[in-house]
Amino acid sequence: MAEVMKLHYTVSGDDFTRAGETSSKVKKTLNQLGFRPEVVRKVAISMYEAEINMVIHANGGTIDVDISPEEIIIVMQDTGPGIPDIEKAMQEGYSTADHNVRELGFGAGMGLPNMKRYSDDMQIDTEVGKGTCVKLVIKAKE
Amino acid sequence: MKLSTVKELLDGTVLTGGELLEQEVDSAFGSDLMSDVLAFVENRVLLLTGLVNPQVVRTAEMMDISAIVFVRGKCPDENVVELAKSKGMVIITTEDTLYVASGKLYSNGLTGSAKEG
Repeated sequence: MAEVMKLHYTVSGDDFTRAGETSSKVKKTLNQLGFRPEVVRKVAISMYEAEINMVIHANGGTIDVDISPEEIIIVMQDTGPGIPDIEKAMQEGYSTADHNVRELGFGAGMGLPNMKRYSDDMQIDTEVGKGTCVKLVIKAKE
Repeated sequence: MKLSTVKELLDGTVLTGGELLEQEVDSAFGSDLMSDVLAFVENRVLLLTGLVNPQVVRTAEMMDISAIVFVRGKCPDENVVELAKSKGMVIITTEDTLYVASGKLYSNGLTGSAKEG
């Protein structure tokens, strides 16, 4: 494959039932490229949680995925409300999601912890009122 | 445990994937919280849940879960079944509650999946 494959997606924020479609596409692409199942799984789960967050908290955004044989880098940018207290948001069980989101099986306060658990590196830049940028790196080599 | 056995034990109805019931699952996980599914599930797992929205199928897809049992008589709408079908998943519904369905499967040898990812 080429040195780096670059993918760009726009995630709609108005339809929760479609949240996860982008992660699904990326998962399919990585499988087709022949990445190891553990690597594909780590990307799929961490990206899916981030995509869900983007839809339920930030009304959508953009996702850029850079795929190289060494690593997969996912950058997710939104213009949502930002995260006022990152430390709290990283705690398992802490959530600001409303009742509707919880009814759908999310908002249990596992999103950011899961993203951290399944990625090799996670960086979050956030500003209240401006938006959040999440960068996830998953190493593809053993 | 074969999915055909799961169907039999739970007196279940297969909504899609009827041709895939010879597949085996190694363990099972029951939850209505999809984020917990994402945190705790291992390979070749059967998912039991009372949630019937499309995110259940999406979550299963991300985790390589190939079979879902909807408990408490919950029936997903056509779109959810179609989505599962397009992913090659098996969907079974049962009138049993999550607790009863889990108990039946566990006591017949299908143990739990609880390893952190």
